[in-house]
Amino acid sequence: MKTLTSVIATTAVLSSAQASFAATEIEFWHAFTGRLGELVAEQVDTFNASQDEYTVVQSHKGNYSETLNAGIAAFRAGEQPHILMVIEVGTATMMAAEGAIKPVYEVMGDGFDQSKYIGSVKGYYTSPDGNMLSLPFNSSTPVLWVNRDKLSEAGIDPDTPMATWEQVGGVLDVLKEAGVDCPMTTAWQSWIHLENFSAYHNVPFATQDNGFAGTDTELALNGPAQVAHISQMGQWAQDGKFIYAGRRNEGGANFRAGECALFTESSAGYAGIKAEAEFDFEVRPLPYWEAVASEPQNTIIGGASLWVMEGHEDAEYAGVAAFMDFLSSADIQAKWHQDTGYLPITAEAGEKTKMMGFYDENPGTDIAVMQMTAKEPTANSKGLRLGSFDQIRGIIDEELEAVWSGDKDAQTALDSAAERGNALLRRFEQATQ
Amino acid sequence: MEKRVTFKGIWLPLLLVLPQILITAVFFFYPAGQAIWQSLFIPDPFGLSMQWVGLGNFEFLLSDPFYRASFLTTAIFSILVTVVSMGVALYLAVLADRLIKGSGTYRTLLIWPYAVAPAVAGVLWLFMFNTRVGVVSWYLGQLGYDWNHVLNEGEAMGLVVVASAWGRISYNFLFFLAGLQAIPKSVIEAAAIDGARFWTRFRTIVWPLLSPTTFFLLVVNIIYAFFETFGVIHTITSGGPQQATTILVYKVYSDGFVGQDLGSSAAQSVILLVIVSILTVVQFKYIERRVHY
Repeated sequence: MKTLTSVIATTAVLSSAQASFAATEIEFWHAFTGRLGELVAEQVDTFNASQDEYTVVQSHKGNYSETLNAGIAAFRAGEQPHILMVIEVGTATMMAAEGAIKPVYEVMGDGFDQSKYIGSVKGYYTSPDGNMLSLPFNSSTPVLWVNRDKLSEAGIDPDTPMATWEQVGGVLDVLKEAGVDCPMTTAWQSWIHLENFSAYHNVPFATQDNGFAGTDTELALNGPAQVAHISQMGQWAQDGKFIYAGRRNEGGANFRAGECALFTESSAGYAGIKAEAEFDFEVRPLPYWEAVASEPQNTIIGGASLWVMEGHEDAEYAGVAAFMDFLSSADIQAKWHQDTGYLPITAEAGEKTKMMGFYDENPGTDIAVMQMTAKEPTANSKGLRLGSFDQIRGIIDEELEAVWSGDKDAQTALDSAAERGNALLRRFEQATQ
Repeated sequence: MEKRVTFKGIWLPLLLVLPQILITAVFFFYPAGQAIWQSLFIPDPFGLSMQWVGLGNFEFLLSDPFYRASFLTTAIFSILVTVVSMGVALYLAVLADRLIKGSGTYRTLLIWPYAVAPAVAGVLWLFMFNTRVGVVSWYLGQLGYDWNHVLNEGEAMGLVVVASAWGRISYNFLFFLAGLQAIPKSVIEAAAIDGARFWTRFRTIVWPLLSPTTFFLLVVNIIYAFFETFGVIHTITSGGPQQATTILVYKVYSDGFVGQDLGSSAAQSVILLVIVSILTVVQFKYIERRVHY
């Protein structure tokens, strides 16, 4: 009798397992851990609970590089997931992988309204004719973080205007005079002080519309505007006004500990700063050089997007489309934007957040959105599409370090960065012919 | 007169070495062959297409002054790691060998760091020397020394060397201690009776008798410094500042794993393979001559 019960129990368990397997499974590989990982899991659970046709299975595959490598290795073995998260600098690699990826606009089908996505967010991921190749997932943009207490201590009015680098220069002088050890620091130096700098001042970072128009692109980051900026930053580094903390976001620890007065960092630093800072802080728009541009263009994004991999059934792609549609819905996007500090990917989600009064309660959280959307993106400010760009960033890091330490002047360093980067671009062009 | 065991026929001996050969073939010859094959192509990351470039990858690498500079960086790094980890280990082993009481505890404590993974060791050292919040850099600051391995190339190199050598000291210590304890006490006592002081005894008796161990550790440590240190470098400096700590194996990792440039990465592995083979041959040919078994 006992055996019979257990047999029945087992059968029941098995059949219920089969019932849930009847739903089409969609594999989703991402790179998020901690709080962000929880939020992704929550999105997926909400989607799975909202319908019973598809089950999205999310798995964490390591950091951005590890996730991309896992995806590539899986593709080579014929085991690729349906959805793969790829960092923004991997965009050119993914685009070139024709036969491995299925453009998002094709997956979404005829009724896909691409106009609802914010231009400067989706622009990074669209084809030359304006079609979305991947779905932006987490996007942020650099802003200026201000420690207001530090300014007050140095005898500076914390509301002093710092819209331009000219004004920031004046503030740095006073901070240094007042004996502040760390007047300014930065995270992601190449992304903020060269890539975004170029877009923000509407000067090219690379030829061929920053690589959007073809892989026969060459770096133009050694133009006079960039050289002037890096040269000034180098001078500030020599004077102890700009403190270099590392290639990634090492400077964030110094700013959150209250040591640094100014900090150029991603808008997505919001959650961490809000949680840790025991001082009065504020978000300001990224400064621009008045001498270079009378007013700033838009900044560009960083972060990751979701790519759909080739080689699955049509029914599964329908599930992918349903999931992506769900992710793009105003409710989910608004929640994601408010929870994480990442930019909303649709204008509707931004409007909704505004309506909910979130920006009034959390002042400064809308700065990034406004900075991104104030102007229609130009060919110089749509984004970057350069092959081997992760490595090129490494080269730029090395050359910038030579400027900060005083080993090279800005012109020499940026010329060298361009020359070394171009060699990699030529290799990428050859590899993807 | 050497004693030899011989088999009749060929099949039994072949069968007996077969597992070894199979393992070597599957885990060594096959991947090494793949690396050599891939180094002749520029493939796209997804394996959708490959372009034959012959020795193009090698030309591309060797014409890059930064890659060539990385050879010197690697040499400096490897020599420093080997000398530091073996020197300290030998010193500790000599001390431990003279211990009468509590040597077991002492030994166990010294072996601990070996259990720490390189990347974790890197993080530990990074925290201590963090330019803003590190304990050590804070004390150095109190002494008036401004530690900044983020921009100072020498300090960055020093830090990765210490972090790489640290975990290795335990391993070397174990071998040195075993070597020391294998030296017959009677020889040393005889020398002591003849009036030889510690330093003379060490130089004329212990060091020569320890040479097989030293030689083994030299080979193993150089290979370690060449191949297994990228975790430390990745967590502490990522090869910077500028290219001060970009050693060859770190470049293999970053070009292949981060940059998806598999052709160049494969070519770099082949170059490393050749260097290590040459080094090992040199070691066995020239240094082993001075080893007394």
